[in-house]
Amino acid sequence: MQTDLTINGHTYALNADQRTTLLDALRQHLGLTGAKKGCDHGQCGACTVLVNGRRINSCLTLACMHDGDEIVTIEGIGSEEDLSALQQAFMSEDGFQCGYCTPGQICSATAMLEEVKAGWPSHVSDSLDGKPRLSDEEISERMSGNLCRCACYPNIVAAIRSASEASS
Amino acid sequence: MTAHVKMDAPDRRNRLDAMAQGVIGEPLDRSEGALKVSGKAVYAHEWPVEGLCHAVLVRAAISRGTVTRIDKAPVEAMDGVLAVIDDDRLLRNPAQGTANKAPVQGPRKIFYIGQPLAVVVAESFEQARHAAQQLVVETEAADAVLDPEAETLEHERPKGKQTSQGDLDQAMGAAAFSIDEVYRTPGHSSAPMEPHAAIASWDGDRLTVRASCQMLKYNRNELADALGIKPENVRILAPYVGGGFGSKLGIAHDAVAASIAARAVGRPVALALSRRQVFETTMRRSESRQRVRLAADAEGRLTGIGHAALVSQLPGEKFSEPVTQATHFLYAAKNREIVHEIVRLNLTCAGSVRAPGEAIGMTVLETAMDELAIKAGIDPVELRKRNIPETDPEGDKPFSSHMLASALDRGAKLFDWQRRNPVPRSTRDGEWLIGLGMSSAARVNMLAEAEAIVTLSAGGVRIESDMTDIGTGTYTVLAQVAAEMLGQPMQSVTTVLGDTDLPPGPGSGGSWGASSTGSAVFAACEDIRKCLAEKLGCVEEELTLKDGHAVTANRRVPLAELLADGPISVRGVIEPGKTSKEVRQSTFGAFFAEVAVNEVTAEVRVRRMLGVFAAGRILNAKTARSQCLGGMTFGIGMALTEELIHDPRTGAIVNRDFAEYHLPVNADVPQLEVDFLEERDPWASPIQAKGIGELGISGAAASINNAIFNACGVRVRDYPATLDKILAGL
Ligand code: FES
Ligand code: FES
Repeated sequence: MQTDLTINGHTYALNADQRTTLLDALRQHLGLTGAKKGCDHGQCGACTVLVNGRRINSCLTLACMHDGDEIVTIEGIGSEEDLSALQQAFMSEDGFQCGYCTPGQICSATAMLEEVKAGWPSHVSDSLDGKPRLSDEEISERMSGNLCRCACYPNIVAAIRSASEASS
Repeated sequence: MTAHVKMDAPDRRNRLDAMAQGVIGEPLDRSEGALKVSGKAVYAHEWPVEGLCHAVLVRAAISRGTVTRIDKAPVEAMDGVLAVIDDDRLLRNPAQGTANKAPVQGPRKIFYIGQPLAVVVAESFEQARHAAQQLVVETEAADAVLDPEAETLEHERPKGKQTSQGDLDQAMGAAAFSIDEVYRTPGHSSAPMEPHAAIASWDGDRLTVRASCQMLKYNRNELADALGIKPENVRILAPYVGGGFGSKLGIAHDAVAASIAARAVGRPVALALSRRQVFETTMRRSESRQRVRLAADAEGRLTGIGHAALVSQLPGEKFSEPVTQATHFLYAAKNREIVHEIVRLNLTCAGSVRAPGEAIGMTVLETAMDELAIKAGIDPVELRKRNIPETDPEGDKPFSSHMLASALDRGAKLFDWQRRNPVPRSTRDGEWLIGLGMSSAARVNMLAEAEAIVTLSAGGVRIESDMTDIGTGTYTVLAQVAAEMLGQPMQSVTTVLGDTDLPPGPGSGGSWGASSTGSAVFAACEDIRKCLAEKLGCVEEELTLKDGHAVTANRRVPLAELLADGPISVRGVIEPGKTSKEVRQSTFGAFFAEVAVNEVTAEVRVRRMLGVFAAGRILNAKTARSQCLGGMTFGIGMALTEELIHDPRTGAIVNRDFAEYHLPVNADVPQLEVDFLEERDPWASPIQAKGIGELGISGAAASINNAIFNACGVRVRDYPATLDKILAGL
């Protein structure tokens, strides 16, 4: 069936099986292999992309449910020649090793910083209202849906901290 | 030209230190970093291959038995299905690391739940998955052997794996202080984030496989042997590998099944294991039962060490977890008894998971040492220092270098160890009990045969090897060695890896990749330097290369000028020699951890953790540190959450996904600290570097478990230290 998607500012008319997840649509049908498949079950975060500005696990949703949606993948966050501040910070803090969880980490962090700006609290926030301060504990908590077996967690936290400090 | 170096004598020249470029050891960003952060690095399942179709495995639902019938016809008739294959060449289990030949094959006899029995190929992944679910495989079940500690099981005791020296029983009887305890560690899964995957395509008799593999030189032979074709007809490409941690050492189901399927349907085939399949059909670390006996005199000097390990494996597999690998040399004691026993079970194949042996053996030994320190009333750091041997306690070989004492001292100082109150339950923060613990780190060091071609041209340097970078930093560190030796800025060095058409490296495993392949690159570069020196009429030692220029006796010549008549290309070969046998080689270190144990819920939080490591020359301080962070985090998982749980009735792994097999997540890991000791080990390699990828896990979990005891007085001898086990003792 046909689904119209806007991905990284480009429109795509996707013709795929109804069972095709958004993740498989990106990887198998549209050549956007930046989003990774680590579990296909919503348990690792490797497939994180932004749908209408929010981070989601693209393996847990069917492509045909996204007719008309605006999707941003790692390819839309920044290219090799023009990296975003977060991508740059992941490089300098060594926030990855094998790199497989990395696009998911960066998409997730991109949306997470917006959530903090919007005042969304987390499990470790001092209160439910007010502006959460982006402590290391907040970053770790909010990034815990993105597994990294190479275990670059301290560096991921450092990268997000430095990118957000640089932007504010 | 070939530059062949056999490591028959220590290399004390420290040539890299005499170079001028100033990049070796520096904390440089990864060369391939921009590709990875922008999603442009291409992993196995992502290659744009024309006409690709998809395959999905069908697997055994029983632990032991035979396949009596596969009802192919209804599935073959399904939409999009191209083939249903139960070829005799399908693997029973993946090959072990460095096997170099096919593992046990054949999908008729079932040895464990999850064993691949057939593969369904279809136009799309969705069709293949659906069809695979519909395939009816009839089986006849036999009694499975599932409990490693069942009393009726025969215990194999391989001759070469037992050590007996002196009289341990007598030492135990005469000891002022002694420990005799049984510890257990559960099975673990490597769980790399990229599931095993392959795309196979045939061109006549030639097979190309894009796969997620750690050791291409071996994998090519394993794949060829499994398929019954010539290795020359096989090409494997793996420029980017999404982690391995041992699980991708040998060729696995994905590559073999995809190759068979691609041949059968005459089109390229992609096959990725699902996460559940990764848990159930690739290697698990064996569970272990370990009895440790320690006998010490009144000063805490060990007089006896006993370490008896029981591990499990499938029938017919040679590998068994070398639990006591470091016990042989870590501490001095005249009387020693090391026992290695194996039982054969119908569970997923046991194989290498990061630091096979030390990961669990050091962890248990170091837990026992903590118990001894407490019994003897000696500080745990001091106890270890008192027992460092002068030479290998089992044969008197000298150590190539021994940095344990320095690591212990440095760690104690950095961690402010003196603040620790040795009495459990004496430090509190609200409802949290705070404790400090430590452990030693050790991992055997190995050099492996490796080759690389280095080409210096007017445009820069090119390095080629079939070596892999599985997150280990290979691209970057090889470039640093060449840039340093040949006086090039890093941007001028191109490193091409992960292609069996290139010179064979040893692959990533056993922590040997960087030191071995780095040495091959070094050997090639030394020869290139000699050529340049000859052109300039000086000796190599007097030649300075920096920023693309050669300097000698006040002359500064652009390299491009010297290379005007063409590039210089040298194949560097490193071969292990006498230094691997004449001395005992190991990396050493120490872990320190601070934990908080909740007095109400028994939840454990790691608050601080430090690792101090000595691994010879550090080639890149940034990527080496990251490797250690990774190892230490594996240690946190081992200490607190990671455990493969088998259903005792069927053998099925019940926690075969990330929701139930608990890897540490970001919130479980504090800002870990890593400190490297300055070291050059001349026996290890001509670049004086040793392995670093596994040292960070080798003993790490014990520091956390020992800290739990210090916090709350509960000793967990059955890893991991989950809430239920702690709560029972609170
Ligand atoms: S692949 Fe989607 S969460 Fe793991
Ligand atoms: S970088 Fe390898 S899993 Fe995160």
